Amino acid sequence: MTKRVMMTGNEAIAEGAIAGGCRYFFGYPITPQNAIPQYMAEHLPEVGGVYLQAESELAAINLVYGAAATGVYVMTSSSSPGISLMQEGLSYMLGSELPCVVVNMVRGGPGLGNIGPAQSDYWLATRGAGHGDGRCLTFAPHRVQEVYDWAIAAFPIAQKYRCPVMLLGDGLVANMAEPVRLQERREPPPRDQEWAIGGRRHGRPRRIVNSLWTDVPVMEALNLRIQERFKQAAENETRWEEYGDDDPVLLFAAYGISARVCKTVIDRLADEGLRTRLIRPISLFPFPHKPFAEWAQRAERIICVELSLGQFVEDVRLAVEGRCPVDLIWRTGGVLLTPEEVIARVKELL
Amino acid sequence: MPDTPDLADAEVVYHRPAGLTEVQMRYCPGCTHGTAHKLVAEVLEELDIIDRTVAIATVGCSVYAYEYFNTDAIQAAHGRGPAVATGIKRASPESIVFTYQGDGDLAAIGLSEVIHTAQRGDSITVIFINNAVFGMTRGQMAPTTLLGQKTTTTPLGRDPRIAGTPMMICELLAPIPGVAYLARETMIDPKTVRNARRSIKKAFQAQIDGAGFSLVELVSTCPAWWHMSPLEAMAWIRDEMLKQYPLQIFVDYEG
Repeated sequence: MTKRVMMTGNEAIAEGAIAGGCRYFFGYPITPQNAIPQYMAEHLPEVGGVYLQAESELAAINLVYGAAATGVYVMTSSSSPGISLMQEGLSYMLGSELPCVVVNMVRGGPGLGNIGPAQSDYWLATRGAGHGDGRCLTFAPHRVQEVYDWAIAAFPIAQKYRCPVMLLGDGLVANMAEPVRLQERREPPPRDQEWAIGGRRHGRPRRIVNSLWTDVPVMEALNLRIQERFKQAAENETRWEEYGDDDPVLLFAAYGISARVCKTVIDRLADEGLRTRLIRPISLFPFPHKPFAEWAQRAERIICVELSLGQFVEDVRLAVEGRCPVDLIWRTGGVLLTPEEVIARVKELL
Repeated sequence: MPDTPDLADAEVVYHRPAGLTEVQMRYCPGCTHGTAHKLVAEVLEELDIIDRTVAIATVGCSVYAYEYFNTDAIQAAHGRGPAVATGIKRASPESIVFTYQGDGDLAAIGLSEVIHTAQRGDSITVIFINNAVFGMTRGQMAPTTLLGQKTTTTPLGRDPRIAGTPMMICELLAPIPGVAYLARETMIDPKTVRNARRSIKKAFQAQIDGAGFSLVELVSTCPAWWHMSPLEAMAWIRDEMLKQYPLQIFVDYEG
């Protein structure tokens, strides 16, 4: 049985997590993602889960750390300033090789900023898991059904690679409502990981979850192990979508809500006779280098469209490797690009 | 050739508690961390909960506690032990979970986490080591440093006009309804060691009974950064620290 309902991105991510088997949520209120904890507070008890409101994002990510160590699917959600506070905990999770899912519904910044849709946490999401030599696997769905599907998919990926997975949205993805086809809620998987602590040991050797390695070659080996997992993730979890003309003059590069705007732009430009195509990374780390390397040889230029002052464009340039010019169309500070503005700026560039 | 005693029929009257591993501890001579570890380990053995206990090592001299306690263990970020403990307890309620935190970890950077965990009444146990100084980072002032006490960051002695007054953790937590057991003990002579052991046992019993949050503050030594001999450090606790931090059972859920 599948049911089709109208849901916001926030509700879809929460229901998707429950459907995927997540039964533990720890968070702290912050706009524009408050509907996620509210949904969890209402619906997790129905399935025997635990919702707990933390006293801060610092506490929230450390509640996640503790629960994750017992081998359960666990998540938190926040928005930019709260994600800044969680960086310490993400670093400990990565160093301790613990999985979790973290949602960042990005708002305008820096500082307290505003609650407008922004993509200015691209670096924070794709480079940051706090201090140290690692990152979060990061995925950026751009419509509500996709948000729901990724909420389900994120937990097994986090378990497989034993690291935090970040789902990156923004104030608009979070709060727009679209139809979603729901799946049956599944039972949580068994806690049979060889690293999970807690419960009764029944004679099994004791286990330690830890990120302190004062013997420096041991620490280096851990970093290489994490790196190896990221390489495997690059092979197995790299995702992107392409949209538009098969023989494009111009390529767009955009993710998340900006990609929604670009699809409209591409359709309108097609009506005017301009052949364009979108490459939309869905996985931001691992970044899909392949489509950029291929299409960059066949198009005159690539235009990045992002709601930040040139963060995403750096990864695009790294992927393009100088094969064609890369331009940038941006707004920042919570301002949304409209299709009209993008089209006007494209025409200025051409 | 000297006679060697025949131990074949000897009775074992004292042994390392099963709650401790064989790993050699890294603590300084005269430091009471070792005594505190042993008391906790004895209690875990006596209550028969080693098999389902998770020890939470925090940041400070006791950071290697995960190597010493013969239980499942996890190392927590500085000050976040009680949040990590709550996460484990909520996801694995059959576990017995305790944090082992110093005064920097608990009373400075982690004050929010310990208060809110107590406020929620989460059934976890906190072993709080108060030695009035940051030990591992070379003897800086802690929130619990006594007035006038010289540390590496209060070279003229702690001045309340500059650095405030000693943080009274038990007095702060005592009014909170979620607290099931709360006591301040020390370990400077056999009597106080026995009392500390009794309070630690009651704190873990409170958790087993699901009665709520429990914490035992142990007024402890730091001979290295107090610049004292072990015996002088014990005497300083008796003569100075206990005036600021009087020994008391603040809350006992069993009345």
